[in-house]
Amino acid sequence: MNRFAELLDRLVLTPSRNGKLTLLTDYFRSVGDPDRGLALAAITGDLNIAAVKPAMLRTLVTERMDPVLFGYSYDYVGDLAETVSLVWPQTPGNIPNREPTLGEVVAKLQAASRSDGPKVLAGLLDSAGISARFAIIKLVTGGLRIGVSARLAKQALADFGKVDVTEIEELWHGLSPPYTALFAWLEGKAEKPRNSAMALFRPVMLSNPVGDGDLEKLDPADYAAEWKWDGIRVQAVAEGGIRRLYSRTGDDVSGAFPDLAGAMDFSATLDGELLVGDPRQATGTFSDLQQRLNRKTVTPKLQQQYPAFMRCYDVLQIGDEDLRALPFRERRGRLETFVGTLDPSRFDLSPFVDFADWQALEELRRAPPHPIIEGVMLKRWDSPYVAGRPKGPWFKWKRDPHTVDAVLMYAQRGHGKRSSFYSDYTFGVWSGGEGEEELVPVGKAYFGFTDEELKQIDKYVRDNTVERFGPVRSVRADRDNGLVLEVAFEGLNRSTRHKSGVAMRFPRISRLRWDKPANEADRIETLQALLDR
Amino acid sequence: MRESAVTYNRLPAPELYPILGIMRASDLLHPRPEGLYCPPGDFFIDPVRPVNRALITHGHSDHARSGHRSVLATQQTLDIMGLRYGENFADTTQAAQLGETIVLDGVSISFHPAGHVLGSAQIAVEHQGTRIVASGDYKRQKDATCAPFEPIQCDVFITEATFGLPVFRHPPDTEEIARLLKSAAQFPERSHLVGAYALGKAQRVMRLLRDAGYDRPIYIHGALERLSEYYQTQGIDLGTLEPATVEGGKQDFAGAVVVGPPSAFADRWARRFPDPISCFASGWMRIRQRAKQGGVELPLIISDHADWDELTATIKETGAEEIWVTHGREEALVRWCELEGIAARPLHLVGYEDEGD
Repeated sequence: MNRFAELLDRLVLTPSRNGKLTLLTDYFRSVGDPDRGLALAAITGDLNIAAVKPAMLRTLVTERMDPVLFGYSYDYVGDLAETVSLVWPQTPGNIPNREPTLGEVVAKLQAASRSDGPKVLAGLLDSAGISARFAIIKLVTGGLRIGVSARLAKQALADFGKVDVTEIEELWHGLSPPYTALFAWLEGKAEKPRNSAMALFRPVMLSNPVGDGDLEKLDPADYAAEWKWDGIRVQAVAEGGIRRLYSRTGDDVSGAFPDLAGAMDFSATLDGELLVGDPRQATGTFSDLQQRLNRKTVTPKLQQQYPAFMRCYDVLQIGDEDLRALPFRERRGRLETFVGTLDPSRFDLSPFVDFADWQALEELRRAPPHPIIEGVMLKRWDSPYVAGRPKGPWFKWKRDPHTVDAVLMYAQRGHGKRSSFYSDYTFGVWSGGEGEEELVPVGKAYFGFTDEELKQIDKYVRDNTVERFGPVRSVRADRDNGLVLEVAFEGLNRSTRHKSGVAMRFPRISRLRWDKPANEADRIETLQALLDR
Repeated sequence: MRESAVTYNRLPAPELYPILGIMRASDLLHPRPEGLYCPPGDFFIDPVRPVNRALITHGHSDHARSGHRSVLATQQTLDIMGLRYGENFADTTQAAQLGETIVLDGVSISFHPAGHVLGSAQIAVEHQGTRIVASGDYKRQKDATCAPFEPIQCDVFITEATFGLPVFRHPPDTEEIARLLKSAAQFPERSHLVGAYALGKAQRVMRLLRDAGYDRPIYIHGALERLSEYYQTQGIDLGTLEPATVEGGKQDFAGAVVVGPPSAFADRWARRFPDPISCFASGWMRIRQRAKQGGVELPLIISDHADWDELTATIKETGAEEIWVTHGREEALVRWCELEGIAARPLHLVGYEDEGD
């Protein structure tokens, strides 16, 4: 249990992706079965402990200590799981000679019935030290919140076994904790597990951005063009009565889209973009789509207001026939026929964009006909469907980003290599009438600049600090003083969380405008106009 | 002063003190803006402003300030003040031997080890049958860099409460150092920057590394140099220390352990190290959010202050009938005393750094 507890402690405080991967692979290497597999399941959210509920915790702890002292403690720490792990009274007689293993803890929790759940949990907490108690409580409350996505965990498995991550993704949904066969394969001790489960994820094909000079080398006749829809990439798999919607990285998102899953009365694997609206009439904007994202469950009202549909652009399998080796032209033909048989309110085809030459396509790309189009996709007519991001067959050619001139307001110290630099910037634009202008924050960005520029901004921040709040400094920013940053971003959403009412998508610093006076930075109305388009 | 609700006190009623010839505790020591004052002895303990006569518990800068006319402290505390402020930090100084009684205007004073940092002492003040012990800062965990805390029987114990909440439970320091060494092995291409206060914590961390068998040079920030040298002259072996200055470039520090004051790691100074992992040796590191806010990747829960269990155990050991709680989270410790039937009240002293550890 201690190894797992230590892993959680390290992961939550390690900001760098590589650092997290090292911690995870080291853990997989040094910890045996079934503990490592259970840890993996806890991280990927595949571990279920039903009989023990977080609400028990407070009762259990206040039965064991003065509620006033617990109150002081909880007020100070702010996190229930952490507070309980720290204040849980250690009864000297109760401590066993060794701490329980993760496997033993999970077994006890899963075997607990609803009625003896609290007793089982209390017994486990009695037998553990502080770190282990925290880990046990995290297992019980679910949602570790340690900054490790399922995707990152799979990457760590791939690193550990020196295989490609797509192999892990393809296997994943056929496996279950504690993943003994998977680890045996990754350690070279057994064959790759055979997947007999239904409706598995197939690793998706990704595109490369169009770089400078790329197109000159390509013949427009070799490529088909489609609009690039700014929804979320999904793979719809229906097989043997099982229906699943997978995200780009193989996460099962079916639960959030029961309306779409309900219409998957076929046996095939489709690739496309998940959008909201009715494809026969109108496609919703990204703000509309957002209403349906990041939800575990969804109300009937939301489903009615923002119905989900899939704009299909590829087909990987129909029935038992794997189509991935066929050229795109043939797959597209099969797709068109297939989509014709589906519910037209839930599935449609991604239309082609006709173009004669790159110049003509460039003009279309710059002025797309719908706000949720963010550019064009180029696909080689003869390309097979290949997992990963091969260079050449598929390109994405995005609309140029929007830019705004904003004033630097706050700077925060970075992490790791950047821990001595003020590298995360909050910037604002002007609002208010003449003589009453004030800056409202509109976003935060921490990349887009060179190392040299970072040093310059860091110096500027240190020289112009007005106030400090821990790792954050507020920087002099008024009509006469301030550093203007040209910020590039992909789009704008309405936001009720931000005072400015807008939230930028994918903001980054595109240029430092040392030359520009602060009072000439943009106004909030410029951004609001973008929203209303 | 005394709250009427407190009925646990086994001393006679305070109004009888003058008749019985017993000193009322609050007449022997009480807070003033300058610090804790003893009227019959005319001295202050750890005053925060320049005074005529000061008794100093230990060398941390919020307790030991320069500019007093006369200072009474342990020799090591006097030495440390000399290193920090220059030899003329006070007009006159007097060294107190641990355990020896000194009489100032009829008030008996004795210094006893506090286990906080090198030279740290509790100060016992006794007059007309009443003995108060001012703990200064203290801890109970074993520490090879200073003499261990000795509980002193007293009527009133003035305890610090820096970590006066049940959430603060310091693990054994050897476990924390083992985590540091494990991380250094896991990330051999990165340097580990250990933030530790320049007096006490830094030397304790270095000594713990040595005790754990770490024999590579330890790189130190300039602010640690003189104090670490002083520790070595006092017989505390810290092994080979080298200045963390750039000579051959960043690769010099790959895999290195660098110790410096926490503030230095947020500073441009830290840029000389390759992809550093920031570590912070402090009792505050018990709380994850504190570590996270400070950008600390590897928190090391090593404290020179007593944790909750040490505070409560010490209060019982002193046998004191009344507890005055100072700098820190007074309310929780006062509450605990109430539950235990011990009279207690917060003693509001100004000018000490709550964050000090």
